[in-house]
Amino acid sequence: MWAVFKKEIRSFLGSFIAYIVMGVFLLITGLFIWVIEETNVMDIGLANMQVLFNIAPYILIFLVSAITMRSLSEEKRLGTIEILTTRPVSDFSILMGKYLAALGLIIFTLLPTLFYYYSISTLADPLQGTDVGATWSSYCGLILLAASYASIGLFASALSDNQIVSLVVSMVLCFFWYGILGLLGDIEALDTIGKSLEWFGLDFHYKSISRGVFDTRDLLYFLGFIASFIGASKLVFESRKW
Amino acid sequence: MGIKVTNLSKRYGAQWALNTISFSVSPGEIVGFLGPNGAGKSTTMKILAGFIPQTAGDVTMCGLDLKEHSLEIRKKVGYLPENNPLYLDMYVAEFLLFSAELAGVKHIKNAIEKAIELTQIVDERKKKIGQLSKGYRQRVGLAHALIHDPSILILDEPSSGLDPNQAIEMRSVIKQLGTEKTILLSTHIMQEVEAMCSRVIILDHGKIIADDSLIGLKETAKGLSLEAIFRNLTNHVGSI
Repeated sequence: MWAVFKKEIRSFLGSFIAYIVMGVFLLITGLFIWVIEETNVMDIGLANMQVLFNIAPYILIFLVSAITMRSLSEEKRLGTIEILTTRPVSDFSILMGKYLAALGLIIFTLLPTLFYYYSISTLADPLQGTDVGATWSSYCGLILLAASYASIGLFASALSDNQIVSLVVSMVLCFFWYGILGLLGDIEALDTIGKSLEWFGLDFHYKSISRGVFDTRDLLYFLGFIASFIGASKLVFESRKW
Repeated sequence: MGIKVTNLSKRYGAQWALNTISFSVSPGEIVGFLGPNGAGKSTTMKILAGFIPQTAGDVTMCGLDLKEHSLEIRKKVGYLPENNPLYLDMYVAEFLLFSAELAGVKHIKNAIEKAIELTQIVDERKKKIGQLSKGYRQRVGLAHALIHDPSILILDEPSSGLDPNQAIEMRSVIKQLGTEKTILLSTHIMQEVEAMCSRVIILDHGKIIADDSLIGLKETAKGLSLEAIFRNLTNHVGSI
């Protein structure tokens, strides 16, 4: 598993796409926090990172899908899947190696946003400071959300040998699980059905963790979500044997 | 401790790619797998390498059953797939390191050095695989197959696309390996079979139509060349 993990990290950092994707993420979040009117911290006058945690889920849909799109589809397109799967490693280890590498890269991309936190906390009113607890729980929520996106991305990548197809499928699925299901709760006509459907969406649990309430039910939801998509990826990946 | 295949069958959809074939390869033997395109050579090799499972039949390699001990067997088998797929953006040494780690090799440095030396890619180790010529890529593929010192080698058209000099070098490497390993290789080049193999298995339409030593095959065909024997056995359209 670690051999695959290391190879993935190396090949991703060796490709141009890594730096574009990471740069775009930091650029957009930076613009929202510091520059764009209406959303920047100075104008809002609140020393917190709520802006980041509100927009990051949408930007992450693109970022994570771009990171995971080639993980399995490239192996299939090049045919290297044949030299990979004939080694003494199980399919599950290969998938986990790829998944953890994607997750590691996402966390690595999120790290620079800690500078934003540092800057904001130095700008904050010395008497009140920033809400440390809420920030950390939001980070936890964001990482769990990104981990869920990565499992969707892995699944999408297992489906096709075309990276672009994988990218689009992954983005659509992520948007469905985060955006669409999150919206259903707001539609009054759907009433309680909408509310219960909303529970299945990622947004509901992300918001719940971001509020600083660390409920084990939310954690279990995320872990179950990730496990289901990794399981589905394994099923698709093994379909060559059918 | 070699390869033993009994009543092996493989079906793709409604089509039988392999139809109850049986053969065995003993240690120290180099067996040539011949047959027209689509005869089932690559399918057999993919099954032996553990890439796809068989529909029916049994395969025993190194005394272990392939279905039950797939991972264990993969430690003892080296496989060079058809068309030799490689990570073109990796450096040769980097790829071999990955390959060795994946195979669970203990003394990684030694293993890489040995494979590089054996396949004569010492000067290429710091180059990107994508920059190499086809002949060198083929050697990198062979180095990948060899890196964990397997007792069985499965080589699917190891010399396809090589120029005559490269093909001859490849042959000598394989022949050298054949003294201590069990080798099954497929090819379309008859001289290659005559130069390397002690036995020949000819496949056609998923069935074995000949399985004999080179000498035996020639004796039954009363002095015909291997090429003529091959054409007689597999040419269904009639002689041209």
